Amino acid sequence: MDQTVINILNGLSSGLLLFMLSSGLTLIFSMMGVLNFAHAGFYMLGAYVGYASSRIVGFWPALAVAPVVVGALGAVFERLCLRRVHRYGHVPELLVTFGLSYLILELVQVVWGRAPVAFDPPAVLAQPAFTLVQSAATGLSVVLGHADAATCAHAACTTFPATRAFMMLVALLMLLALWLLLRHTRVGLVIQAALTHPEMAEALGHNVPRVFMLVFGAGCALAGLAGVIGGTTFVTEPSMAAAIGPILFVVVVVGGTGSLVGAFVGALLIGLLQTVPLTVDKSLVDAASALGWHVSTDSAAYPLMKLTLAQVAPILPYLLLVLILILRPRGLFGTRE
Amino acid sequence: MTGDVFHFRPYNVGRWAVWGGYGLLLLVAPLVFSSSLSQTLLSQMGIAIIGCLAYNMLLGQGGMLSFGHAVYSGLGAFLTIHALNRVGAGTLHLPVGLLPLVGGATGLVFAALFGFVTTRKSGTTFAMITLGIGELVASMSLMLPEFFGGEAGVSSNRVVPPAVMGISFGPQIQVYYLIASYCFVCTGLMFAFTRTPLGRMLNAVRDNPERVAFIGYDTQRVRWFAFMISGLFMGIAGGLGAINFELATAEVVGAQRSGAYLLFTYLGGATAFFGPIIGGVLMVLATVVLSELTKAWLLYLGLAFMVMVMFAPAGVAGLVLANLRLAAFGKLRPMLRWYGGLVVAGGIAFFGASMMIEMLYHLQLNEALGPVMKFCGFPVNVRNPVAWMAALTQVLSGGLAFELVRRRVVVQWEAAQADIERELKRREAA
Repeated sequence: MDQTVINILNGLSSGLLLFMLSSGLTLIFSMMGVLNFAHAGFYMLGAYVGYASSRIVGFWPALAVAPVVVGALGAVFERLCLRRVHRYGHVPELLVTFGLSYLILELVQVVWGRAPVAFDPPAVLAQPAFTLVQSAATGLSVVLGHADAATCAHAACTTFPATRAFMMLVALLMLLALWLLLRHTRVGLVIQAALTHPEMAEALGHNVPRVFMLVFGAGCALAGLAGVIGGTTFVTEPSMAAAIGPILFVVVVVGGTGSLVGAFVGALLIGLLQTVPLTVDKSLVDAASALGWHVSTDSAAYPLMKLTLAQVAPILPYLLLVLILILRPRGLFGTRE
Repeated sequence: MTGDVFHFRPYNVGRWAVWGGYGLLLLVAPLVFSSSLSQTLLSQMGIAIIGCLAYNMLLGQGGMLSFGHAVYSGLGAFLTIHALNRVGAGTLHLPVGLLPLVGGATGLVFAALFGFVTTRKSGTTFAMITLGIGELVASMSLMLPEFFGGEAGVSSNRVVPPAVMGISFGPQIQVYYLIASYCFVCTGLMFAFTRTPLGRMLNAVRDNPERVAFIGYDTQRVRWFAFMISGLFMGIAGGLGAINFELATAEVVGAQRSGAYLLFTYLGGATAFFGPIIGGVLMVLATVVLSELTKAWLLYLGLAFMVMVMFAPAGVAGLVLANLRLAAFGKLRPMLRWYGGLVVAGGIAFFGASMMIEMLYHLQLNEALGPVMKFCGFPVNVRNPVAWMAALTQVLSGGLAFELVRRRVVVQWEAAQADIERELKRREAA
């Protein structure tokens, strides 16, 4: 029971991190029609810039510095490169961001090396957020921070790391801020107008290309913020972009391209799907034998069926993608095209 | 009934010359470049040409941007290598020369299977889905070591006695000619495909899917068929690769390989049929030769790609075609002087920039070897600020000169294009 709760929380926190990334991706996509292939690259850049600046100014200021730097870089990229290829159509736009993803990876490796860097969370976040204590005598209880050794001596203690709790907090705050910005401010109104009726917004005197630049920069800044948090929670290394990039696209397709709600639900779903099966050490062979059907070790399907759910966990998001495309091609919350 | 009408069909001399020249080039290339390194390179180029042409069937002709096309060449390679092992063990009776067709069949079957899902969408969503499918297969390849051979991959031996007519496929030159003949035939078939009704519909689906649907065609089905045919040729390329290397590792289905197909097909030029042939040659030169020369090759590649997308979206082939057009109207000669200026100025800037890049990489990777590195044969001390200043001066001066010349070139270019348009209008009127 306690383990299950922790697992679900882990899944939710991963999902919320994915949401921080896919919200920027979706925002940029629905606004400019540009699929930012380098989005995961900006996430990685955020982690590294956060690492570098945290060594100078400390972690908390770095949490603000990294998004600003990454957002500025994104805006510059939009102004200098993306705007130039805009007239050629959406495929060249995608390709130029594809080229950028190569460039970011190489630059990160030149500046910070190919090995992982030690980007540790500050002391406050390095400890558990709370501990679940499961004992035969008192049942399940929650202790904030560490449970004392005496309690854990005769009960099962499971901890939930503070970095993950912090990740959830920041993602939810971000969601709130994004919603307030888009719904209740003038800037948000202009963005929404430029999203659906760019010509009309332009005719009314709004600088739509600049709005595009700001949105692209903001999306990259969100990726940068996610990078700082993801970098401390997971490992800050050059392969972190390639690890999360394809998953982001799965989130966007499953949620429905261009839908923020879809990105939210899709991210949570994928986060849970990536995390929860990791603890299930059962395979199709076990399932078959539970149904009274024995699979012999030399049958042709055995190598496929003997894979445990934990082993196949990395491909589950992609299987979900295929399933969604067959059953509901526009995604969970996508609009009809 | 057709016999009643006389069709005047002269021999298309140009076409015969182009295809004859292409065949001759494939035939004599290993005789001119006869070292074992160049034979290896040429073999890989033949494979890359098939792969890039098959990829361009989607990208150039169908407007579909696939991020997971190595899946079809990779699975073709794995099936071919397993078939080769069966042939070697004597349980399968097939000549080794026909084994790439096994790869092709594999590519076709998997493209039919996965393509059914991916081609439900077009545009950017299609790109995302192909990426997902690519990741799916790449992760699967590490999960099923029984089939994919785990980290080490599956190896084989292409020499299966008895040799037929003295061809054992032992020496590299024999493998080259196998690859070259497949390359020639596949190029021909893929060109023929562009002339079929399906090939034409594919172009129409790329340009205006709504209208195609309105006429009564199923755009999804057109995309699916094209996807399958592309998968077939990708599979043949993969099968040839398996025979060439006698090895298939998880890398052949990976995202890196898929990215390389996209990158080099685009660099070569997606809008012209022969663009991917240039792309295939570039692919081998970059991945084999450039990666030997410099550690920073991916950086150069990324930069070259971005510059190409921004300034020459039709790729190398597009540049060639545009200048051929100038030449046809006698406008090329005055431009050549300016091109020379561009090359010199750009060369100076590039020399300085690559010196800085190499110094940076040396600092990062080879610190232990001391501060002196070789750059173009010269010893350069990366700790010496003078070296950095010199490189920076080159970048700035070269860049400035390049920009000045470029502005003149753009003016000249637009004037020449306007002249050509006027000339064309005049001819039409006449």
